Amino acid sequence: MPKSLISIHDFTKEEILHILDVAREFEQNKSQRILQDKVVATLFFEPSTRTRLSFETAANRLGARVIGFSDAGNTSVSKGETLKDTIKMVSNYVDIIVMRHPLEGSARYASEVASVPVINAGDGANQHPSQTLLDLYTIRQTQGRLDNININMVGDLKYGRTVHSLLQAMSHFSPKFTFTAPSELKMPQEYKDFLDKKNIPYTERLELDKGIAETDILYMTRVQQERFSDPMEYEKVKNVYSLTASMLDNAKPNMKILHPLPRVTEISQDVDDTPYAYYFKQAENGVYVRMAIIAYLLGYK
Amino acid sequence: MENTIKKLKVSAIENGTVLDHIPANQLFKVINILNLTDCRNQVTFGTNLESKLLGKKAIIKIADRYFADDEINKITLVAPQAKINVIKNFEVVEKRILTVPSEITGIAKCSNPKCITNHQPVPTRFATVADGGHLKLQCHFCEKMTDAENVVILAKN
Repeated sequence: MPKSLISIHDFTKEEILHILDVAREFEQNKSQRILQDKVVATLFFEPSTRTRLSFETAANRLGARVIGFSDAGNTSVSKGETLKDTIKMVSNYVDIIVMRHPLEGSARYASEVASVPVINAGDGANQHPSQTLLDLYTIRQTQGRLDNININMVGDLKYGRTVHSLLQAMSHFSPKFTFTAPSELKMPQEYKDFLDKKNIPYTERLELDKGIAETDILYMTRVQQERFSDPMEYEKVKNVYSLTASMLDNAKPNMKILHPLPRVTEISQDVDDTPYAYYFKQAENGVYVRMAIIAYLLGYK
Repeated sequence: MENTIKKLKVSAIENGTVLDHIPANQLFKVINILNLTDCRNQVTFGTNLESKLLGKKAIIKIADRYFADDEINKITLVAPQAKINVIKNFEVVEKRILTVPSEITGIAKCSNPKCITNHQPVPTRFATVADGGHLKLQCHFCEKMTDAENVVILAKN
């Protein structure tokens, strides 16, 4: 079975650092057409514009050709084809598969059926490892290191898969966490137990404005209305977790705001013009990191 | 001999396997796990029997049948305290010790409704995780935990 990237746990700390180094090389030299004779499949059984465009840009910048679909609606999946059959077939056409699927565990299963490497571009609420790697890349880029970073995670910490994967990946690098979330969306106990076991300190907060002064990385996420049983609670929380430029007066000079995007109301537009806003650059970094993942799994870097 | 038989709620077998100390509410799961519905041997069982250990217990006796370790260990999922006695000529000749297998395949249903195994013909696969005194199953695919105590056993085709 070729090496795939399904979960952030599939990569050791050394592999993570290697991917980040390769990504930096790609950022410095954006077009390296080392995969000119390769074909990359992007199979998006569920739409995701940003992730798909990012992977396809990465493949194109490496000189590879891209085939695939952005919606399972007009494929044989709608005729009842199993995931196994789709993957078996596509494996015979291409050199590597990038897949997003609404069912959890689908990517792991695909990697066991496929004869080529599989990159998980999101399997339901489970894993989205390329997002985690681009978050790590961006943290290192803005802070000059990964060790001893003070990360303040804000918003939906209960269901947000990006914060859970980032927490686990950062645990290699002695971080300090602040979890800022409404009581309905607090960081689940299993992740706090995980940190306790590793002796990684964390504080939990309800208010966003108080914790900003000591933060290096302010990791914002979207609070989704459908997560709340009480709509009144949502209305209250919605504004509390809306970051505005005036809240950043006490921020450290090195502080950067990250967000997996898309954002709605949680970061006000006036923040975009502050030196702290980094989320668009973060999204750009995704291309270099995905170039590094593709090149690494195909044995080129 | 006669005295013993009178006391037994489920009659003795001459040769075979006795599964004792099964929690009463897990009896049919054990039957499913061991695929006894398709078994041609004489199978007798009793349930809601008094038990000091479990309150209500169940017992299964299967005549002329002996189980391999990896087969019988699967029942630790739902009956971790079960006692397995091998019977020859009405006598217990061996008491088997159950051990929790590190991996469980194709028996248990993943409790995550969004897991691939609940939507496509994918055999389930779990790693067993001891969480204090509780056994949990971590899905190999979706990575979610299923409590062994409430696990749903998949029907065999």
